[in-house]
Amino acid sequence: MSNIAKAFANGKAFIPFVTCGDPDLETTANIVRAMAEAGADLIELGIPFSDPTAEGPVIQSANVRALSAGTTTDRIFDLVQDLRKDVTIPMVFMTYANVVFSYGAEKFISTCQEIGIDGLILPDIPYEEKDEFDPICKRYGVDLISMVAPTSEDRIAMVAKEASGFIYVVSSLGVTGVRSEITTDIGAMVELIRANSSCPCAVGFGISTPEQAKKMAGLADGAIVGSAIVKLIAQYGREAVPYVADYVKQMKEAVLSCET
Amino acid sequence: MTNPKGRFGIHGGQYIPETLMNAVIELEAAYDHYKNDPAFQAELTQLLNDYAGRPSRLYYAAKVTEDLGGAKVYLKREDLNHTGAHKINNVLGQALLAKKMGKSRLIAETGAGQHGVATATAAALVGMECVVFMGEEDTKRQALNVYKMRLLGAEVIPVTTGTGTLKDACSAAFREWTNRIADTHYCLGSVMGPHPFPTIVRDFQAVISREIKEQLMEKEGKLPDAVIACVGGGSNAIGAFYHFIDDPSVRLIGCEAAGRGVNTAETAATIATGRLGIFHGMKSYFCQDQFGQIAPVYSISAGLDYPGIGPEHAHLHDISRAEYVPITDDEAVEAFEYLSRMEGIIPAIESAHAVAYARKLAPTMRKDQIIVVNISGRGDKDCAAIARYRGEDIHE
Repeated sequence: MSNIAKAFANGKAFIPFVTCGDPDLETTANIVRAMAEAGADLIELGIPFSDPTAEGPVIQSANVRALSAGTTTDRIFDLVQDLRKDVTIPMVFMTYANVVFSYGAEKFISTCQEIGIDGLILPDIPYEEKDEFDPICKRYGVDLISMVAPTSEDRIAMVAKEASGFIYVVSSLGVTGVRSEITTDIGAMVELIRANSSCPCAVGFGISTPEQAKKMAGLADGAIVGSAIVKLIAQYGREAVPYVADYVKQMKEAVLSCET
Repeated sequence: MTNPKGRFGIHGGQYIPETLMNAVIELEAAYDHYKNDPAFQAELTQLLNDYAGRPSRLYYAAKVTEDLGGAKVYLKREDLNHTGAHKINNVLGQALLAKKMGKSRLIAETGAGQHGVATATAAALVGMECVVFMGEEDTKRQALNVYKMRLLGAEVIPVTTGTGTLKDACSAAFREWTNRIADTHYCLGSVMGPHPFPTIVRDFQAVISREIKEQLMEKEGKLPDAVIACVGGGSNAIGAFYHFIDDPSVRLIGCEAAGRGVNTAETAATIATGRLGIFHGMKSYFCQDQFGQIAPVYSISAGLDYPGIGPEHAHLHDISRAEYVPITDDEAVEAFEYLSRMEGIIPAIESAHAVAYARKLAPTMRKDQIIVVNISGRGDKDCAAIARYRGEDIHE
């Protein structure tokens, strides 16, 4: 069983995202530890990319800040190695295909295994292109996370059947970012996924409030939040740790309070 | 040359978010249907001829030929098309296709503004809404084109992220497409992006080489010895090369923007300085750092200021069927002035990169040999910028 399954063993999962190196790697380390302590079930670590085409303005800016601070893939690997001394919950990388490809897919993915990264989310790798990395991921026991979108329709079964780790349910059209309302029929999407896969489903894109997280977790197995956390970091910089910890605690409570 | 997954050798593919997958699948199905539909082709041909002014002229540049003292130089006059560049060939095709697909809105990226103007023009013609994304830096370099797009009824959105140039405009257009798919077609301007765009755009631009072949056969009774075109993403170049790919005697030469030189960081010459990567939906060559971060490229030409190259060009390079050479800003500006003085033709600064290489190549060839230079666009839009480059401040 994939290590990621542990994230879904404590009731509904809360999955926070953070861009590594925003504003610096030391702050990232503090934030990750605080999030784990505050009840995060799985953490998505963003490796910044110069041109993140699936991100809205909030995470785009975080990428710029992180890269300007000199963050590199190698330094992030060092960060994870350090975190793994005491952080035991599953962690996955979220980045873009070129970051992995350019590093050398085998070298990148084998390093993930060595340092304790459990999965890889690459929003520009759809089902049709997953052979680029999936066979290597399987060899090193790293789950390549599949994404399902509101436009997937007839593709959902195909994607779900070959998924591993968890399935990332994209709540809305467009890029990442806070939304006041999520109108997609998430319940119908999850139903189709469950008919074709035993992987847990986590919903992301646009979730920021405890009410939204509760609702989404009720329809699936967990909720993913990125932009709302990155916003706190943009606002408070190196002082963001307690604010992020409070937020994660509140969101974990929200997902646990949902009834299914 | 495209296999079912849209590959040119190892290049191409569909590296895009899941959200867009059904949109490109739908586009591919529609294109496969309409490309073989005689009614669609007849409608497009009529637009290309009666509206855009095709076929464009193949002009024998006698003075240039005499001055360079070698091969005969012909100019393919895409600059004479309606809207002043080759971009209209692709845009009319895509606008018509989008209309048939029931879309009511076109979005596009633009660098120099030529593709944006062409898209705004086609949208006005077929009655569609139009939104153009343009790097903020480029809206300054090409203010006249911004005005034209708005005049034609398009909304122009300046893109401030990243370097504020073509790649950022392209990213912004992809983001907008994931946000609004049902009524919107992304009218991509070059032979890049995910499959089927590199194939669709190439097919619509291939009219250039089809005409060159016929026109030169009529004038000279033979094939050219070399075809030269500038390359950013590579749409005018692939259009000029395509029908010669299977004629091995024809040298195909793409001129990349070297900016201040391929040994500086201020360059956009992808084949000369880039390496294999995955970006903007495709596997191809890209200018990038050791960790795969896309490089902030530079060229005097907003239209060539792109860190990648279309996947079919990458493949033609791999198999050595086409050659790619870097041309610096200085060389391009000199060629811009040279063609203006010699022939009374002001080329786009993009096309001037191709003219610059013709000036190097022609003298090394025999007088019975022939070079065709694709003048992909006209240079009116560049006059103010080139004047500034030469230290003269003029107001448009």
